[in-house]
Amino acid sequence: MTLPPSRRRYAGAALCSTLILAGCGGADPGAGSLTTVSWGGSYARAVDHAIYQPFEAETGVRIGREDYNGGLAQIRSQVETGSVSWDVVDLQAYDVLRGCEEGLLEVLPPDLASPGLDGTLAAEDFPPGTLTECGVAVVFYSTLYAYHPDRFPGEKPSTIGDFFDLERFPGRRGLRRTPEVNFEMALLADGVPPDQVYEVLDADGGVERAFAKLETIRDEVVWWEAGAQPPQMLADAEVVMTTAYNGRIFNAQVTENQPFVIVWDGQVFDWGQLGIPAGAPNLEAALDYVRFATSPEAMARISRYIAYSPVRRSAAPLVSTHLETGIEMAPHLPTTPENRAKAVLSDARWWSDNLEEMNERFSAWLAR
Amino acid sequence: MSAARRYPRSARIRAAGLALPLVAFVAVSFLAPLGAMLTEAIHQPLVADTLPETLALLESWNGEGVPDDAAFAAVARELAAADANRTAARIGSRVNRVASGMRSVIVAGARADPDEASAREALAEADPAWLEPETWFAIRTAGERFTIRNFLLALDLDRTPDGALVRQSEDRRIYVPLLLRTLLVSAAVTLLCFLLGYPIAHLIASAAPARSRWLLLLVLVPFWTSLLVRTSAWIVLLQTHGVLNGLLVALGLVSEDGRLALVYNMTGTLIAMTHVLLPFMVLPLVSVMKGVPRHTLRAAESLGATAGQAFFRIYWPLTLPGTAAGSLLVFILAIGYYITPALVGGSSGQLISNMIAFHMQTSLNWGLAAAIGGVLLVVVGALYFLYDRVAGAGSLRLG
Amino acid sequence: MRRFPNPRRMLYLGFCSLVFVFLVAPVLVIVPLSFNAEPYLTFTEGMLRLDPEAWSLRWYRELVTGGRWSAALVNSVVIGVAASVIATVLGTLAALGLSSPAMPARRFVTGLLISPMVIPVILAAAGMFFFYASLGLTQTHLGIILAHAALGTPFVVVTVTATLSGFDRNLVRAAQSLGAGPLRTFRRVQLPLIAPGVLSGALFAFAASFDEVVVVLFLGGLEQRTIPRQMWSGIREEINPTILAAATILIVFALLFLLVVEMLRRRPGAASS
Repeated sequence: MTLPPSRRRYAGAALCSTLILAGCGGADPGAGSLTTVSWGGSYARAVDHAIYQPFEAETGVRIGREDYNGGLAQIRSQVETGSVSWDVVDLQAYDVLRGCEEGLLEVLPPDLASPGLDGTLAAEDFPPGTLTECGVAVVFYSTLYAYHPDRFPGEKPSTIGDFFDLERFPGRRGLRRTPEVNFEMALLADGVPPDQVYEVLDADGGVERAFAKLETIRDEVVWWEAGAQPPQMLADAEVVMTTAYNGRIFNAQVTENQPFVIVWDGQVFDWGQLGIPAGAPNLEAALDYVRFATSPEAMARISRYIAYSPVRRSAAPLVSTHLETGIEMAPHLPTTPENRAKAVLSDARWWSDNLEEMNERFSAWLAR
Repeated sequence: MSAARRYPRSARIRAAGLALPLVAFVAVSFLAPLGAMLTEAIHQPLVADTLPETLALLESWNGEGVPDDAAFAAVARELAAADANRTAARIGSRVNRVASGMRSVIVAGARADPDEASAREALAEADPAWLEPETWFAIRTAGERFTIRNFLLALDLDRTPDGALVRQSEDRRIYVPLLLRTLLVSAAVTLLCFLLGYPIAHLIASAAPARSRWLLLLVLVPFWTSLLVRTSAWIVLLQTHGVLNGLLVALGLVSEDGRLALVYNMTGTLIAMTHVLLPFMVLPLVSVMKGVPRHTLRAAESLGATAGQAFFRIYWPLTLPGTAAGSLLVFILAIGYYITPALVGGSSGQLISNMIAFHMQTSLNWGLAAAIGGVLLVVVGALYFLYDRVAGAGSLRLG
Repeated sequence: MRRFPNPRRMLYLGFCSLVFVFLVAPVLVIVPLSFNAEPYLTFTEGMLRLDPEAWSLRWYRELVTGGRWSAALVNSVVIGVAASVIATVLGTLAALGLSSPAMPARRFVTGLLISPMVIPVILAAAGMFFFYASLGLTQTHLGIILAHAALGTPFVVVTVTATLSGFDRNLVRAAQSLGAGPLRTFRRVQLPLIAPGVLSGALFAFAASFDEVVVVLFLGGLEQRTIPRQMWSGIREEINPTILAAATILIVFALLFLLVVEMLRRRPGAASS
């Protein structure tokens, strides 16, 4: 662990040569390849069609597709053990901030993102906060909850309060196994206005209030980690309602004909950014990839496969229909005004500063 | 060892020489990693490496009040340098593990970057916590290059500023209860395996050879089937709309709304672990039972013992070694189980191994993960030693 | 006694049958479900009516065409073969030493060599993560091969020792008194006799590697994805019948393995418990 990199490589090479075996150092990809990391399931498939394949076709670079469930843990562990194998990672905004501060992500060249379609500077084409030192945003998405209508023959849930109401809407619920989003939703359900959520969390007793609200449904919660799980859990009736990324629910609705219903009330609005782990093995290709993937055309292409909105202003007019089914996308996107009306905007700064401690408290709470 | 003494030196050397390559291989590829894990638990160089001057100045600090201006100046300078090469947040994380809330204090201090003279005021302005002795105590504690603190935390203990050992506050005691829960679950799984395994082992051992072989195959099929296959099978069977619930509903035993929650909780963990570990109980039992001469029971019965007496006075004592070996093996394997609870355990069915994996892969508190691992290693090591005494590790049989 | 069905015995046999069902049914239930035409993990009504429309090879096609599984299969086989070769060679040698009555500190050494089978894999994997990273062996095939070899050796030691325990050492003395050197004695006398044990040990070691996921989770990267690793993400992330199709194939593998090991065990002359 403490060996300097050169000695480490030497020791590895010595072991390799003593045990002459094929596959030694098999992780080292050739010059024309790139390892990109996305979120699996229907989102990864959308990115595959909208970005990976066109990029491979245009550049000839072979993309190794990896999935993860968010967080900086894997990047940090790669950086700290000196074995970075990821080149580009699709990160949540607060992880980009935190990763940048901790030196886990490469600082990107300021002119990396291409200009807008109408020629505006990238800095103006990207809404505030989406183009940062270490990350370039691609899509807007919302975490919200959805339910299976068959489980509620009478009254249907319609507000975030209903999600926490076990009496009127009994049954197991799915929640992502992380404090993020759950705190916001818990406070909203507890009556905090959307624009005061982080103020409350910062105040004394705010976090305890969120935990107390979560405690009320805790025994009925099934925790999920991968974005593909919630629609599956709804379909298998493992839960009656679950939080989920809006695009996943949309895809289950239109491509698998699932009757799921989305509740936009109490959603948490956020964006995904591309970042490059510090010491990425294929930095040049990674930079090319980020530039390619954050072009207005590329991010608009994603919205033809899944209900996530392109981040750039000049890409908004490019949104059209769902490629496979021909459905008009606009009503399903989180940026559409009526959908966005009641959203809490995820505070990347707050989570960046507090996530570690909240994670610790959250896991202690879960283990109790 | 004494038995080997009777043989000539050359024969002893030859025998040892044959075993040596594997001993060396296991030492390097298996035991050395375990050593590396234990080292990770006690060796925490990051803070000591990045704040050397501060820590040196804190050595003479008596722990009362706030250190002098020199310490403020040193910490401000060293943190600013850490901020410049982007390690300040990592230092903050380490100190945060000593006292929660410290991450933001450290990061704020690193961003302050004042000049020497006004360090105290600047840090206090960045975060008033810099004027609390607890902050400095936390830095000093996090700065210990070698520490047993992780082991204390793994046992839900902590040290106060004056060095006394205290238990963690109640809401932070999670590892000892989890270890106890793991032992309890392992005991329950062992008991279930025994209750299910003893009768079928007896059936296998007492059946005619051809039939016995077929029955043994039925035990070996799951034994050879991939663990992940068996685990996914249990998910399929046990989930709310799974095969078992469907059957129960179809039979009218359970109402449509009353489907049982059999998976993603402790029930799922218990069922799947019992299934996975049952062969480890049955196989040693069968080999011991096969060694019990058939006529002893008949002799007992012909001498007037009831079937029950014959069983409890003769058969049970004779098969006890198999029971002990099987139970210990199942218990040992159960304690370290990771995959099954991770996949079917939900949040209530998690065991100590899952906590190790959590700290290894999610919270990245490697020192703590290693310390919990060390505790687990001691428990398993002691049981393995016992198993070796009872059954002899070399007596393990695989079907 | 047998002629009159004794109620207590009936109860006993009934209980035993239930336990056997418990052991085998979960494995068997997977097989038909892998032919489900729908993306669900339950028997659809169509399947129960034996409607041919409800059954399909859809998930097997996905398995073959979705490149990840075939890459994973290649990885699993490469790692499994390499690991079991190392484990078998070292394990057989060690078993020969251990079963010699002249072996010093036999009990201790046996305990040491069996320990990889008993010590929780999570501890080994965590330790390997630290130790192998310092050697630059994480995210390499070599690292996983070494780790799997270490985890596989106890199986070889156990099976070969078992075979050797029934081995008549007078044969070795006879061969040596006829002028055969130790190597020749081993090749011509011992090896043929213990070959079934060695082979089943090798199969066990291969199976152990082929089924191992924790070490791969900790040490492996994208390039070292194995079948169990792929199943792991499948189960955790998107459990659909593709997993069951893969599982069915693994069950067939397991049955083949089991049959081979049983045949080896029952070979005339192969002494083993």
